[in-house]
Amino acid sequence: MATHSIAIENIKTGEVDTAVYEHPFIVRLCHWVNAVALFVMIGSGLQIFRAFPSFGAKIPQKDLINWPKSFAIGGWLGGALQWHLTFMWIYLATGLVYLGYQLFSGNYRQVLFVPRDIPGVWPMVRHYFLFGPKPLATEAYNPLQKHAYTSAIILGALSVITGFAVWKPIQFSWLAWLMGGFHWARLWHFLIMWAIIAFTFGHLVMVALHGWNNFVSMLTGWKKDPDYPAE
Amino acid sequence: VTTTIDSRKFKKLNRRELLKLAPVLALGAFAIPKFQESLLKAGLATSDWTSSKMFRSGHLAKTFSDADLTPFNKFPINGYDVADPGVDFETWSLTVSGAVQKPGDYKLAAFQALPKVRQNTRHVCVEGWDVIGRFGGARLSDFLQSIGADTSARFVYVECADDYYESLDMVTALHPQTLLCYEMYDRPLTREHGAPLRLTIPTKVGYKQAKYLTDLKVTNVLQRAGYWEDQGYPNYYGL
Repeated sequence: MATHSIAIENIKTGEVDTAVYEHPFIVRLCHWVNAVALFVMIGSGLQIFRAFPSFGAKIPQKDLINWPKSFAIGGWLGGALQWHLTFMWIYLATGLVYLGYQLFSGNYRQVLFVPRDIPGVWPMVRHYFLFGPKPLATEAYNPLQKHAYTSAIILGALSVITGFAVWKPIQFSWLAWLMGGFHWARLWHFLIMWAIIAFTFGHLVMVALHGWNNFVSMLTGWKKDPDYPAE
Repeated sequence: VTTTIDSRKFKKLNRRELLKLAPVLALGAFAIPKFQESLLKAGLATSDWTSSKMFRSGHLAKTFSDADLTPFNKFPINGYDVADPGVDFETWSLTVSGAVQKPGDYKLAAFQALPKVRQNTRHVCVEGWDVIGRFGGARLSDFLQSIGADTSARFVYVECADDYYESLDMVTALHPQTLLCYEMYDRPLTREHGAPLRLTIPTKVGYKQAKYLTDLKVTNVLQRAGYWEDQGYPNYYGL
């Protein structure tokens, strides 16, 4: 989908800026609903984990970590289950609406990491982490960004799939089997959560580094003065 | 670049697009104490309803070989209060009532007379741990049939010697792996594991599998759903 752009004439100075409509409404809506849902799913998930903070045997129980209650949602196991089993529907619905929209609108091309993006990854890594020169931006997302977002979408899907294997290891026995049974499905579900947390951390750092116009674009859709040529 | 607009108009445009996101604020209702409880209750009910729709009555839980069994001494004992409520085995019986043709008190021999099933199945606790145990007993469905239970009723409700109580949807009650269990690891049930009679339901989470049964009722109406359920755990929790 071609991102459409406009020219904005400043009424005082007469200066002309450009702005591109980068994020369609459905994408923005899903982004913020998902942000809330993810927060609740992780918080309540960690409270559920507190009930048995281990991936080994129950007897003898060797705890992996004593996760603090203040970084968890729900207060107790039953409460956390209520949050988790409620927000999982919001999380799932948001994911499905998002994927459906991206697919049918063709907007997925903005995000989807494809083979021709591969050569552009290293120059971006060099720029961000090794003080390399900034590669010329040609579209809304650079190759490294596409890689990160595509990975995040895959992680989101995996969190749902592993979640179903933990929640319904018998009705979805084939899913649980794929993951090595209930016991392992629970570990996969946990690890994928940490991968999502890692993505979110990197995402927030990047948002902080890329300034106000970039942040506002996820609220209003419009990005002023994009660093790539507007179509 | 096609259109040119002035900066005031652009501001307006941005404001309008921002306002479109207002529905996201609806999620804030979850933070308001007044709505929180009923919203979460509705969410839990949705999960329970979906769970019951996902349940396939003919689909069996995986069974395991003897080599996969968790050693008996490593099979956890989770009671809500005491490990042994002091059941007198001499006088014990299961009191059956409700929508059945033959209500009354049933001694352990009545269950032992029914076809015996032995199965190695996974026991999953709501806390997250799981073990594989060997269980022996009578199918609940066989017992329900023998007492002429109305299997079109919605629930089987049980009470226990330690004031624990539970309810089970009829579809799960009739599942072939749902047992009235009187043996574990080929030995009579020990007191800590719920002697003389307990429920073994591999398609349900652990707290549904009540121990030290004393009463069983076939019913359409539940006064209480279960000890943990009434404190906020999911009613259905099928695996």
